[in-house]
Amino acid sequence: MSGAEFGLAASVFLACAVEAVEALTILLAVGTTRGWSSTLTGAATATGVLIVLVVALGPALTSLPIDVLRVAVGGLLLVFGLQWLRKAILRAAGLRAHHDEAAAFELETQAAREAARRGGFDGYSFSVAFKGVLLEGLEVAFIVLTFGANQHRIALASLAAAVAIAVVAVAGVSIRAPLARVPENAMKFAVGVMLTSFGTFWGGEGAGATWPGGDAALLVIVPALLAVSVAFAAVIRRVAESPTTSATARVSG
Amino acid sequence: MGRFLVALHGVWAFVAGDDWRVALGVVAAIGLTALVATSTVAAWWILPLAVVGLLADSLRRAAQR
Repeated sequence: MSGAEFGLAASVFLACAVEAVEALTILLAVGTTRGWSSTLTGAATATGVLIVLVVALGPALTSLPIDVLRVAVGGLLLVFGLQWLRKAILRAAGLRAHHDEAAAFELETQAAREAARRGGFDGYSFSVAFKGVLLEGLEVAFIVLTFGANQHRIALASLAAAVAIAVVAVAGVSIRAPLARVPENAMKFAVGVMLTSFGTFWGGEGAGATWPGGDAALLVIVPALLAVSVAFAAVIRRVAESPTTSATARVSG
Repeated sequence: MGRFLVALHGVWAFVAGDDWRVALGVVAAIGLTALVATSTVAAWWILPLAVVGLLADSLRRAAQR
């Protein structure tokens, strides 16, 4: 497995695992409160939609000329990766709340208890499970498609996603509780760095730039972007905690 | 037409997220890279520089909110 393929598999695995943890919280809350039949049907239907999306769009993307594909994929990965990275940096700096799986589970459970119930097929469980899996999975399908298409390794990207889902599902079934101790922000931070780094590399290549050292440039881009991102988080945290900023905030607040 | 615009808006919101300036900045940086790449000047440094600049600007605006 080449370095780029390892980067592809690791990025998809981490992105899929973190989204699967969030989807699992929703499924556990609805399933344990209202029953599993309609909940699992909703989750399976959403998974089917995502698989159809990847199977339908994958071949279309891989048939594009390589430079067009690299510019498009590089640009999309950059835009998407910078979103993940910005949110992860703000969370690391303390300016944005961390995703709390236990709190999300409580909220979903409460909503599931209060929703009206009719006999037979439970439309509430189905729709909440369907929307939860589809919305969390859409980002992963996007990453599988863009990363996989650019390296013509959609099968490898899909495998990495499937392994991540299996790992999270086994963990969730064995402890029967939300996976609250998973370091979600660290994983999102890593995914943001990887997406942005690969987006920079492929976007540049597709636009006609020649990287010094060829593929080895990624070995500089990834750690450099990680270092810059960690530094940004530290600076923002320090500014937010400085007495001057706090006093200004108190006066203006 | 209404549904098409709604779908288009949904795609834009999904891709660009909550900071559209980053998306526009990325498009501009890739365009500039393509332009410089046609000359004799090296173009590889433009995107890394743009990424750091766009990230810093987006974080600055988010921190000020």
